[in-house]
Amino acid sequence: MRAPLVIAGLLVAASVPALAASSEADFKTAYAAAEAAEKQAGNLRNQWLTTEAALTDAKKAADAGNFDQAIASAKEAEALAKASIFQATSEKERWKDMEIR
Amino acid sequence: MKARFAILLATAALALCALASVAPRALAADTPDPVAEAKLFRDYFTNKFPKVKLEDFVNGPYSMNEDMHKQWLEKEEFPPYQFALDAGKEMFEKPFKNGKTYADCFPDGGIGIRQNYPYFDEKEGKVVTLELALNRCREANGEAPYSYVKDDMASLTAYMAFTSRGKPFDIKIPNDPRALEAYQDGKRYFYTRRGQLNFSCAGCHVQSPGERLRAEVLAPALGILNAMPIYRSEWSGMGTISRRLTTCNSQTRAVPLAPQSDEYRNLEYYLSYLSNGLPISGPGARP
Amino acid sequence: MASTIRVRAISSGDITEVQALVQHPMDSGFVKDAQGALIPAHFIQQLTFEYGGKTVFLADWGPAVSKDPYVKFSFKGAKKGDDLKISWVDNKGATDATTAKIQ
Repeated sequence: MRAPLVIAGLLVAASVPALAASSEADFKTAYAAAEAAEKQAGNLRNQWLTTEAALTDAKKAADAGNFDQAIASAKEAEALAKASIFQATSEKERWKDMEIR
Repeated sequence: MKARFAILLATAALALCALASVAPRALAADTPDPVAEAKLFRDYFTNKFPKVKLEDFVNGPYSMNEDMHKQWLEKEEFPPYQFALDAGKEMFEKPFKNGKTYADCFPDGGIGIRQNYPYFDEKEGKVVTLELALNRCREANGEAPYSYVKDDMASLTAYMAFTSRGKPFDIKIPNDPRALEAYQDGKRYFYTRRGQLNFSCAGCHVQSPGERLRAEVLAPALGILNAMPIYRSEWSGMGTISRRLTTCNSQTRAVPLAPQSDEYRNLEYYLSYLSNGLPISGPGARP
Repeated sequence: MASTIRVRAISSGDITEVQALVQHPMDSGFVKDAQGALIPAHFIQQLTFEYGGKTVFLADWGPAVSKDPYVKFSFKGAKKGDDLKISWVDNKGATDATTAKIQ
């Protein structure tokens, strides 16, 4: 009875560091995606301050080892960057409607 | 079969008609007519504020609000920009290390010329603003350029604006397609929404002048650059056009572009041209 | 060194209106710089206007007064051409003074 419990315990213990390692890798993927989107927004000359702030928060959290928070911030940064890209493309022609005529 | 074909033809004809009615409108927005647009721009504001004299639009919020106007009159008796103005005169007259002065870089010795800036430089194919010209003068004479957003440039442009006080803006668009493009790009920038708050310059300064944005009364876009540079109480100090444009960007949560980026130069060109005829009132003071 | 005090005193009848602009950082001591360090308090503590040997206006200031303070007040009993003396002392012990002619 005890052996399976011990084995189960050992398995859990073994998998926990594995979970932490995948978090860092997950973070790196999420951050890279956010950075790429922000770079694209930069090419469109339409970046947002909040995107930059989210990227900084992600980096800070990752440096502190808090990868769950870091991934959340990185995902938020990516979403914000994508929104700014959407804004740049959708507003590209729409400004003409605002022009005093 | 014939009926179906007829319907197809009819819808095609309808579609073509719709396209024809839409196309000229789109074309009109693509080929700018600065002279006509300037008049429309001016009329828009004079109609919106019939009690404000044309030349008073240069006082921004102070012409939009009676209480603020009284405060402004008091401020003008003993303006807060005095220190920057005096410093600017000293800086302007002081020779560079090589013995030359700013007067050597500018027509008329740099006195009373502010109303001609920005201008379209046909050799370079770009808009040149006063701030840019001043730093180019410095660099051409072996001096380090000033930051576009700090006190030195503000003091210098304050003095140059002061020597042009009362002179009407006289911005020229030469017969060069690139100049027209720069004007159009400035216009595009002015009307495009940006930043997470999704504001355009026009949203505040065309749609809402005289109204409040938090505690501030918004200035009309007509004459908005005439008072620059300004002593802004919010900054407890002087600010250049570059400083205002970059901070406006960050206030909409947009990452500001580098000062004197093409977009900003074109924007300044566009706005200044539309204010042709209105007097330079700089340096100015604002809340 | 140029004076930090700009003053204009205009007499009209019995009343003299004085305006003064004083160049001073007036740091409250509560503001942080870009690096996050506190900018030390540096402000005018006393601003004095004297006429005919008497103090006609005295300001006791603290950190709540903003940079480059502006003062405006009126007083009676002065004549055109007379002197008005203005002086200030700040929390670091620095001083400046100037004398202006009443116009």
